Amino acid sequence: MYFLHKRCYRNAVKPVCEQKSLLPLNIQPQTEKCSFPVFFLFLVVEQVKHTPTCVLPLRCRKENLENIPALAENPIKNQIIEAFFDKRNQHGNEVGSFQEIGFEQFVMVMSHFRPPNLKTTKEEKQEMRKEKLRFLFNMHDTDGDGIITLQEYRKVVEELLSNSGAMDQDAAHEIADAAMLEVASTNVPQMSPEDHYEGITFQHFEQILKDLEMETRMFIRFLDVDTTTMHCGKATS
Amino acid sequence: MAELGSARRLPRFGFLLMLLLLPAGSALEEPHHRTNGSATHKKAFPVLDFNYEHVRIPFEISLWILLALFMKLGFHIIPRVSHVVPESCLLIFVGLLVGGIIKAMHDKAPILDTKLFFLYLLPPIILDAGYFLPIRLFTENLGTILVFAVVGTLWNAFFIGGMMFAICQIEVAHLGGVSLLSCLLFGSIVSAVDPVAVLAVFEEIHINELLYILVFGESLLNDAVTVVLYHLFEEFSHAGSVTMGDAFLGVLSFLVVSLGGILAGVVYGIVGAFTSRFTSHSRVIEPLFVFLYSYMAYLSAEVFHLSGIMSLIACGVVMRPYVEANISHKSYTTIKYFLKMWSSVSETLIFIFLGVSTVEGPHNWNWLFVVFTLVLCLVSRVLGVVGLTFIINKFRIVKLTKKDQFIVAYGGLRGAIAFSLGFLLPDDETKHMFLTAIITVIFFTVFVQGMTIRPLVELLAVKRKKESRRSINEEIHTQFLDHLLTGIEDICGHYGHHHWKDKLTRFNENYVKKWLISGERSAEPQLISFYNKLEMKQAMMLVESNSSARLPTFASAASLQNVQPKEAAPRRAIPSISKTREEEIRKILRANLQKTRQRLRSYSRHDLFMDPFEDNMSEVRFRKQQVDMERRMSHYLTVPAKRQETPSVRKVWFEPEHKVHTYDLDDGESPAGLSFRPKPRPPEGVDLVDEDTPQNTNQGTAQPGQEEKLKPSCCLSDPGPNTEEEA
Repeated sequence: MYFLHKRCYRNAVKPVCEQKSLLPLNIQPQTEKCSFPVFFLFLVVEQVKHTPTCVLPLRCRKENLENIPALAENPIKNQIIEAFFDKRNQHGNEVGSFQEIGFEQFVMVMSHFRPPNLKTTKEEKQEMRKEKLRFLFNMHDTDGDGIITLQEYRKVVEELLSNSGAMDQDAAHEIADAAMLEVASTNVPQMSPEDHYEGITFQHFEQILKDLEMETRMFIRFLDVDTTTMHCGKATS
Repeated sequence: MAELGSARRLPRFGFLLMLLLLPAGSALEEPHHRTNGSATHKKAFPVLDFNYEHVRIPFEISLWILLALFMKLGFHIIPRVSHVVPESCLLIFVGLLVGGIIKAMHDKAPILDTKLFFLYLLPPIILDAGYFLPIRLFTENLGTILVFAVVGTLWNAFFIGGMMFAICQIEVAHLGGVSLLSCLLFGSIVSAVDPVAVLAVFEEIHINELLYILVFGESLLNDAVTVVLYHLFEEFSHAGSVTMGDAFLGVLSFLVVSLGGILAGVVYGIVGAFTSRFTSHSRVIEPLFVFLYSYMAYLSAEVFHLSGIMSLIACGVVMRPYVEANISHKSYTTIKYFLKMWSSVSETLIFIFLGVSTVEGPHNWNWLFVVFTLVLCLVSRVLGVVGLTFIINKFRIVKLTKKDQFIVAYGGLRGAIAFSLGFLLPDDETKHMFLTAIITVIFFTVFVQGMTIRPLVELLAVKRKKESRRSINEEIHTQFLDHLLTGIEDICGHYGHHHWKDKLTRFNENYVKKWLISGERSAEPQLISFYNKLEMKQAMMLVESNSSARLPTFASAASLQNVQPKEAAPRRAIPSISKTREEEIRKILRANLQKTRQRLRSYSRHDLFMDPFEDNMSEVRFRKQQVDMERRMSHYLTVPAKRQETPSVRKVWFEPEHKVHTYDLDDGESPAGLSFRPKPRPPEGVDLVDEDTPQNTNQGTAQPGQEEKLKPSCCLSDPGPNTEEEA
């Protein structure tokens, strides 16, 4: 378990979070209790402290994330790591990717995974949903042109199946092709033979995944972090 | 009313059947008489004899089942009634009538014997529910379900029991003889939500899956609590006093009962899955394995007084993924339909017998007791649900709203399990009183709550079940999300929900599947098996449907050419495909067609065989399919907008799936007069399908340098030589 010292929180973390309007992330400044984003401050520290090149203020590089052993078996490990360094996930308008990220960027990426609560209104839920879908879209759209082409989608399916050992590339292509056709057929049903389906745009992506309740499925849940009971204190590890 | 008519029909029907069976009865008597005839003096040779005793028991059982089936048929003939009144109510009503008739004839009606209920009528329903349990949803809400099942039932039992005891202390009720323990026993019997009743009512109202799984899961899992409480209080009421040690033993017993039941189920499930690995040579008996192993799991659990229901559910859940990977498609269909059939008949019989037993059983009506039981049941349910939801919502992401809580509380129906447990009580005055109260509660919940829940659901605009089909995109993204969330959790170093699920999945894939799934399928990743299943379903649909041109969704509308990457040149340069590959693909598609045809043709004594008429039909169908497939293939291989092709080559239009595009064939071939008229042109400018023979289209594809890569994965494509399933 990682804790954050009260003073550190008050001086360093809280202003950062407030400045970037990350307050909806369950930080309750009036009680000075911490919440999940602060975890990562120290988790990142734990990961990077083995790398002598990393100094405070914390910067995180791709290699640091790649060295996490538990991630090794994850088939989409590279996409996940890429997503942290993707400028498009920073709620701004930039494109491209970072070489190294700081705490704020880390938390910005993590903010895509916050769950709704009883107080979120319907519009806020829509916003959240769009945000999460945008995150997924950015993960698939590797060249950043706003469209998931067939090649990119094929790569996605290949990566998903890459864990299973004997990967049949043809099978992966078939599945990706079928999926693309499905998107095309649901979104542009009256397509004539002359039309060319460029690729999945964000609207089509939203449409095809409208049945998967994103806002309730895509979240990280920290059962041992109860904002009402957790205190700030020094780590004892 | 139809029910009355058919009930009156019953004795007449029975008489008719008896007449038919008389010759059979007399034929069996003949050899007997012949041997006797020589010894004794000669008596007249009985040409027609009557021996009903011989067949009495199976005869009566069949009559009851027939009655149940006629009821099911009858209700749907009157649509208005069946829309307002749920089936369970009608069935109880019929039972009441039949019971009344039998009583009027001064005969002893069969009552819902506990052994009959628990050993024969209940298991099919539970197996059906457990085998088709939506696992993902169930495990996601497991915490909530467990809290409702365990804590909720305990609360109900103690609250009702305690309050009833307090009521019994009132002088005016003359109920002083009822001890606290008896009241607690009564509370434990009447507090459990009944899966049969819940299924019967919720099936018809189609609420959203979350609420369904909450109420239904609770009704399944509270069986362990009910069993423990029942045995506990029964023992105590004999012993007379309760000590702390007994209470502790009670808790221990609960753990043993529930975990033991689950363990028994898991063991049988694994054995069943392992057995199914070797059944490739005798496909016909595969369904029996599933049924028998599950039933044995139930019986074995009952031997040790463990929770049979949980054992049955665990067996079905564990067995299902492996068995489905091993057995043939036909066996799967058989299992599905047999389970549905048995559970449907069981449910009907249960409700009818409930009605009959009501008329029959000795009653002891005590106004105060019954009314208070009813009121307390409702009150305790509402309080329990509201209180527990308040606590649960702190831990849930998808919070339960007030509407959800209302439906969960309102859906707590009591049913036949409560009645049967009550029936097991030792025979005395209090038992009759308890039974009367239980029956009243059951009637109230089934009739009043069952009938009003549908309008209430509509009034409150509760979310209904989404009738959506699983698409390949959703499947891809569900898996993608799983891996993504696991990855994020790993980065955070947080061992959460997804982390453990991922570990379990990996364990499953690396070790368990190798043992329990035969052949190549054991190494198949889930996405591919899902995709194959989808394709298989589409292929089956095509084979079974008459209209040969009903295209599957994802291959119908767009074609691959639209999806190819756009090159820089203004003219779309499409990558070429070699002749050999094209030939290969054609061969594969044709071979697949042939194999399907062969599968249907071959038969042995144990297989299902087709009668010659059907064979002809399928012949025609296949020919049509072949033509259609050639057409589709050619379409994929031709250049899209090149108008300089031969005018005979035209394209398929892009339509959503429900609009079929057909073409004319010589109707003389279709024996049953199946006509394939071309559907009217859609308003947009699209092309009709050409009726020309395949030869033309083949020529069209020979244009060099402008052929496209064919996507062979439209519905009938061969998923791969190794992973092909045999019939």
